[in-house]
Amino acid sequence: MTVAEPQGLNFECETGNYHTFCPISCVAWLYQKIEDSFFLVIGTKTCGYFLQNAMGVMIFAEPRYAMAELEEGDISAQLNDYAELKRLCEQIKRDRNPSVIVWIGTCTTEIIKMDLEGLAPKLESEIGIPIVVARANGLDYAFTQGEDTVLAAMAGRCPNQTPVVESEKNERNAIQKLLHFGKKKEDVIQEESEYVDHPPLVLFGSLPDPVVTQLTLELKKQGIKVSGWLPAKRFTELPVIEEGYYVAGVNPFLSRTATTLMRRRKCKLIGAPFPIGPDGTRAWVEKICSVFGITPQGLDEREAQIWAGLEEYVKLIRGKSVFFMGDNLLEVSLARFLVRCGMTVQEVGIPYMDKRYQAAELAFLEQTCKEMGAPLPNIVEKPDNYNQVQRIYDLNPDLVITGMAHANPLEARGINTKWSVEFTFAQIHGFGNARDVLELVTRPLRRNNNLKDLGWDKLVKEEAKI
Amino acid sequence: MKLAYWMYAGPAHIGTLRIASSFKNVHAIMHAPLGDDYFNVMRSMLERERNFTPVTTSVVDRHVLARGSQEKVVDNITRKDKEETPDLIILTPTCTSSILQEDLANFVERAQLEAKGDVMLADVNHYRVNELQAADRTLHQIVQYYIEKARKKGELPQGKSEKPSVNIIGISSLGFHNQHDCTELKRLMADLGIEVNAVIPDAASVHDLKNLPRAWFNLCPYRELGLMTVQYLEAEFGTPWVDITPMGVVETARCVRKIQQVINAQGAEVDYEEFINQQTLHVSQAAWFSRSIDCQNLTGKKAVVFGDNTHAAAMTKILAREMGIHVVWAGTYCKYDGDWFREQVSEYCDEVIITDDHGAIGDAIARVEPSAIFGTQMERHVGKRLDIPCGVIAAPIHIQNFPIGYKPFLGYEGTNQVVDLVYNSFTLGMEDHLLEIFGGHDTKEVITKGISAGSDLGWTKDGLAELNKIPGFVRGKVKRNTEKFARERGFQEISAEVLYAAKEAVGA
Repeated sequence: MTVAEPQGLNFECETGNYHTFCPISCVAWLYQKIEDSFFLVIGTKTCGYFLQNAMGVMIFAEPRYAMAELEEGDISAQLNDYAELKRLCEQIKRDRNPSVIVWIGTCTTEIIKMDLEGLAPKLESEIGIPIVVARANGLDYAFTQGEDTVLAAMAGRCPNQTPVVESEKNERNAIQKLLHFGKKKEDVIQEESEYVDHPPLVLFGSLPDPVVTQLTLELKKQGIKVSGWLPAKRFTELPVIEEGYYVAGVNPFLSRTATTLMRRRKCKLIGAPFPIGPDGTRAWVEKICSVFGITPQGLDEREAQIWAGLEEYVKLIRGKSVFFMGDNLLEVSLARFLVRCGMTVQEVGIPYMDKRYQAAELAFLEQTCKEMGAPLPNIVEKPDNYNQVQRIYDLNPDLVITGMAHANPLEARGINTKWSVEFTFAQIHGFGNARDVLELVTRPLRRNNNLKDLGWDKLVKEEAKI
Repeated sequence: MKLAYWMYAGPAHIGTLRIASSFKNVHAIMHAPLGDDYFNVMRSMLERERNFTPVTTSVVDRHVLARGSQEKVVDNITRKDKEETPDLIILTPTCTSSILQEDLANFVERAQLEAKGDVMLADVNHYRVNELQAADRTLHQIVQYYIEKARKKGELPQGKSEKPSVNIIGISSLGFHNQHDCTELKRLMADLGIEVNAVIPDAASVHDLKNLPRAWFNLCPYRELGLMTVQYLEAEFGTPWVDITPMGVVETARCVRKIQQVINAQGAEVDYEEFINQQTLHVSQAAWFSRSIDCQNLTGKKAVVFGDNTHAAAMTKILAREMGIHVVWAGTYCKYDGDWFREQVSEYCDEVIITDDHGAIGDAIARVEPSAIFGTQMERHVGKRLDIPCGVIAAPIHIQNFPIGYKPFLGYEGTNQVVDLVYNSFTLGMEDHLLEIFGGHDTKEVITKGISAGSDLGWTKDGLAELNKIPGFVRGKVKRNTEKFARERGFQEISAEVLYAAKEAVGA
């Protein structure tokens, strides 16, 4: 499958010397999303220290995750990996009784070549709990890509066919049950009739439950039924995925999951822009409709209505410039939305750019820039933070979207910043949450508007010029 | 393998980075995979640091795994040397580089040929030492490096300073209340007529390290950081050191008396007794507090103490000796230095616990049901669960433990701060208890639990389910807004769709 590369956008690649979260951070939101899971991160003190500090308060809520902290004996193979993991997993089973244990492989397990994928099936049959292996390590991935590795591994665990079919057969044998069942079926049929007849659609990407409901309802308005969602609320509720099903991603960092669904589960991927911002949501819904041959209803006015509601925020950022340092792969979608809001994007830093999976989003960005008369931004893959800071000094953007390592130092130099990680934890998908995105983007501008007459912009002493 | 989700002391490289980033114009380069530079976030967040944290990563990725770092580390060092011209670049190994076993020392030698500044490899092993030990070693390593360098060049100053002077050793970034302690110690030295020759590593320049021998003595306020350095300076220059932590009234006096002894032995003729008396009775409120009725009420109350060696030991002594509180057990997570702790506190508590297992500590707290806990953030959360107040006295700490206001733990002002901390913890506990007995402040019953009583609107199952997903503290507002919206539009029932339509309409 070849997708024509969008012309016009300029792609660069720097040194990869940038700050981002370790991909094991995905356990923080995934253990909350998948309620019956337990995440075991097999790594060192360094991994544990990161999780402990990055998760902050959540640590204390008895999280369903833990470290299997490797000791010197594990590294030098004086201890047996299998026996050690068995001991820990049995303890987890005893204390928490989860429906799945997810092993998160780390840099260390990669380097010492611990065969997690090999050990898991053996141990799984022995302790009777599914064990899913995801290699979410800092050698290969950045931040949100951690979720991608977990979901790609989960995709392999989705059932092949609906188990309901069998129980239905059984029930047909009993007449009473049939009568009873028939009654229910009427409701089912009635409900089904609200939907257009289309092949099953499964969406992938972990989102908070309210956002899942919102996006599901959004498609329902077009008569599209969402048959399932990867991941579901519980591991035991993973959606059925049969050959020929359609799948669509809701987040830009899910390329491995998309590839797995296409290649291993023989699904058809709907390549659409991502439902971030009213423009993105509309394009996402439209693309799904077009694949199913549905004419979308009422999207024009719906989008216009949302934009009207956003005006008070948009007027704060219209004509302003923004610089993405890049750390969570949401950058292209956010940049596209902000261009539509009238901003100029100076640079889109991004850890990793899958031009195929993001093709529609990239094309949409380019089209948006043209329509808004905005210059096309440089897309800088694997950015170099030091160089970026120099460029920021030169360009003097109105807003820099960046990690916490750079936010305070930039603020002290009079440059407005927004902490990028918040975009991964806030609800930003769908029509209803566009406002939340702008709430985040405009917060530093609104705050600094309040302070602007105080003359406190530059709060560092003049540095020695080299 | 060990099952854990909380640790008291961080990995070794954090210690090295704390030292490197405390010095002025020293840059650390970590040999680590992407994402291990979380130290920068902590420093920027917790200390609200205005400057960029001088730590970068020479990224270990797939290619490095396959072919070794090759030129990458050397290039990164020389590049940083050109960009920021630091005085010193410290190559910092991590757990990952420990097992890759690349010859980092060789990279350092090669980089040194090209770099204008100095280049050094931090001598810490991830699997052998923790954050605190690594910090101690790295500080020693840097001091030794610059002393030897000066000696070779014949730049070591001769003799001591004219007036009695001190090096304060061990103040570092991300240390618990270190900035405030540093100010308080400087003030104490000024009151004692002692010049501060140097404070390291905080805000020090490596070029000034050669002047360390000029001090009459070294003061090492924290047990965990600086001991190796003061011992080295004693071996090289015969400089005596004082390692009594001036925390609490009695210990501060002991520290001052020790200083008096050390400098009088070198020809100063000072008598600090009057100063100690004056401070104890009139500057610090702690001695008076011990006598007051408030403190009387605390007599025999049960407390437990857990933290690093310095703070847990000092706190135990303050509680038991200065306030008459019954310390049921005192503990430390500095297992490598457990004997020292045991020796310090055994006579002030019933039991000594030495562990870095937070589960064991949680259980030990639940077992004795103290009236107050003095511990780390972890113990604070245990306290929350068990409804026992907790004063935080040691790292690991959160952002609220980096106060902007002046809150030293050391010196005479420190004694005042500790009194507040202790007293507030206990009274909160008492007040809570009394409220329970008398049934709360407000004994009038609330008429309805609901936010909008007598609603004429029905909520469908899915609507109610969605409503319940909304966090409790805003749920009431969302419910009101949604019902208002539904009434305006004439909806009879509120489903999930209506709920979200309302959300869009009000934009909340």
